[in-house]
Amino acid sequence: MKWDISDIKNWSWDKHPRGAIISEPGNSEKFKTGGWRSLRPIHDQEKCVHCLTCFIFCPDSSIKVEDEKMKEIDLEFCKGCGICAEECPKDAIEMIDEMKALDEENK
Amino acid sequence: MAIENKSTVAYVGTDAVAEAMRQINPDVVAAYPITPQTAIVETFSTMAANGLVDTEMVNVESEHSAMSATIGASASGSRAMTCTSSQGLGLMWETLYIASGLRLPIVMPNVNRALSAPINIHCDHSDSMGARDSGWIQLFSENAQEAYDNTIQAIKIAENSNVYLPVMVLLDGFIISHAIERMELLEDNKVKDFVGEVNTPYSLLDPNNPVTVGSFDGLYGYYFEFKKQQEEAMKNSFSVIKEVGEDFGKLSGRSYEFFETEYMEDAEFGFLVLGSAAGTVRHHVKCLRENGIPAGMIKLRTYRPFPGKELVEATSHLKALAVMDRSDTFAGGMGGPVFMDLRSAYYDYDKKPLMTNYIYGLGGRDLSVELVQQATEEMQDIVRNGEVKQTVNYLGLKE
Amino acid sequence: MSTRLKDLSKKDEILKGGHRLCAGCGASIAVRQILKGLPDDVELVVSNPTGCLEVSTTIYPYTSWNCSYIHSAFENVASTLSGVESAYRSLKKQGKTDKDYRFVVFAGDGGTYDIGFQALSGALERNHRMVYVCYNNEAYMNTGIQRSGATLKGAWTTTSPHGEESYGKAENRKDLTSIVAAHDIPYVAQASISNWRDAVKKAQKAFEADGPAFINILSPCHRGWRYPMEQTVEVAKKAVETCAWPLYEVENGEYNLTGKVKEKKPVEEYLKMQGRFAHLFKKEENKEVLDSIQQYIDEKWERIKYLAGEE
Repeated sequence: MKWDISDIKNWSWDKHPRGAIISEPGNSEKFKTGGWRSLRPIHDQEKCVHCLTCFIFCPDSSIKVEDEKMKEIDLEFCKGCGICAEECPKDAIEMIDEMKALDEENK
Repeated sequence: MAIENKSTVAYVGTDAVAEAMRQINPDVVAAYPITPQTAIVETFSTMAANGLVDTEMVNVESEHSAMSATIGASASGSRAMTCTSSQGLGLMWETLYIASGLRLPIVMPNVNRALSAPINIHCDHSDSMGARDSGWIQLFSENAQEAYDNTIQAIKIAENSNVYLPVMVLLDGFIISHAIERMELLEDNKVKDFVGEVNTPYSLLDPNNPVTVGSFDGLYGYYFEFKKQQEEAMKNSFSVIKEVGEDFGKLSGRSYEFFETEYMEDAEFGFLVLGSAAGTVRHHVKCLRENGIPAGMIKLRTYRPFPGKELVEATSHLKALAVMDRSDTFAGGMGGPVFMDLRSAYYDYDKKPLMTNYIYGLGGRDLSVELVQQATEEMQDIVRNGEVKQTVNYLGLKE
Repeated sequence: MSTRLKDLSKKDEILKGGHRLCAGCGASIAVRQILKGLPDDVELVVSNPTGCLEVSTTIYPYTSWNCSYIHSAFENVASTLSGVESAYRSLKKQGKTDKDYRFVVFAGDGGTYDIGFQALSGALERNHRMVYVCYNNEAYMNTGIQRSGATLKGAWTTTSPHGEESYGKAENRKDLTSIVAAHDIPYVAQASISNWRDAVKKAQKAFEADGPAFINILSPCHRGWRYPMEQTVEVAKKAVETCAWPLYEVENGEYNLTGKVKEKKPVEEYLKMQGRFAHLFKKEENKEVLDSIQQYIDEKWERIKYLAGEE
């Protein structure tokens, strides 16, 4: 069930669902945890052999796989733990400073 | 209105409740044995073993798990029940608040028994009184008939979509649970029609609408709003309890209200009592009336929600009112819970009787007619002298 | 059923992003791997007791669960889900549902070894068909790293601190997997997030079991174990290599070792990776403690090998 919670902080007590039930499954995807990162994973498509090791070890469901191929890292949710870089057998993921990456983006 | 096909039986209270449960035919019953409730779960287990119900029996390893499994079952859109007593209710404590907070229409008969220590298996109301602020509706019963009737009505009250609150049906340990009484049963199909199809606010087993139940309110702070919703539901339950009581009357010839009055219209003094002691007090008040003494009584059925306004209306003309409590609050002289609630309800009214509190029957201490007579004489003194010498009294205490 | 990552990558993510678990958390890795073993075309109800996973994935008004979910309290996850499963059986018996449901618990070690142990034992004895997964990080992490019955001897926690009179936790941990196996349920296993294929395979078996199944999956916590967050999988791997966390299963009473340990490494290699054991290496007199930890692990390992017929 779609649930518009954009204004929830201003809701009167009688607008909330009874018993604090959440009827929109998986709606935490509206909450972006990417802002927690201090390190950013950079995925090198050249080195990647699509073994998907990063995918099975990611704590934040942030490895996007399409047609059996590692496509990209979902930076909206990635918290920058670096497990993917640590476990990658081909060193195809490098962790870089998030602030520097943001500066680069804003240039 | 003539009620046909009456079935008169001689049942102990536990059998009366088990029979109501059989007719309700809950989807899940999770329970654990404890004196004096045990006979309910034994009798119901036999019914389940003989295929008389569709119920899945969950013979859990504790009362905490009994309430937890009942919560899980009710959150799954099924009609779920449990029953307990005393320490068992104590062990459920944490989950009582979860059941009401999750707005689950669970019905639980509780056979009232004193709380330890010292351990005591006999009746008083200290177990359920402690749970009076847990967000459960509480219906007290005077006898096996009322325990049966209340259990059936409780389903309809709990599952009303303006309520969705759990209901505790209370019956006095041994005095009701283990004494044989004459009572009348309804036909199976009448009970089935009366309670209707199960109605819960949500279901974990609805594949088209997956829900997260029991979410965490630790970061943004909406807890206050959810508590207000519960209080509002409790307010809504007044009219629902009333309607269900009237409808049940049409079905059975026995209608129910928040409380019952006897000789109150022209009474000078009166007693307010709940549970099985109402029988003793009623008998005594009748005797007093036969002797021209203007006594009256109120038997309180609905303790939560507390019908404060209605009780004030029914008692404000009295010169003196004695509130009988079968439990103490240990508040250092404030009296029992019913007394405290009623005194609080009276605060906004100028016209009020002199009030006194009798704490009686703890740990199964018998409430004899002699004791009620003792209280009567004290009430007559209050009426005569226009003052209360001792507000909180312990009736039947060895002094 | 396939355990190829390419196939697993096509399965739905049931735990969605946006949850508030720490970066580098082992618990969500455990959840993802176990749920990759869920059969296709079944409905799912997940239950958590109170704990890190619960408070981080169901923060009102957000839920990370793309399925039905219930949390009730800390000690009662097994009984709460017993009620859900019983309701399902009741409704199925009455013809009110024709869906195929699976029921899974994800509980921390506090909610499993300690406060939830009674409810777990009861649910197993009653034979409810549920998969109970203990994401084991060997302490109460949600309340800030307190010792539990799962904490390894010698470990520092905030309630088993080392000091003048203490070398950390003084007691060996409870062998919960063996205790669960003694309930004679169809499927019991120890797994580790480092050995994902093994974990997924065990989950697949657990979901097919005709009765209760239990998986105790080692899920390191870098906050509590004191190692750099990117090392979560490496630490778990070392636990397996040193046999501090043997991988095995008990299928209908039959013990099998599932992790291939070519050469058992000294437990010190595992302990040295973690700050919670650092004090043991700083004092000469703690050598005895290290020896006793090694001895405990050796004895447990020999026992498992014996039970699995691999003496």
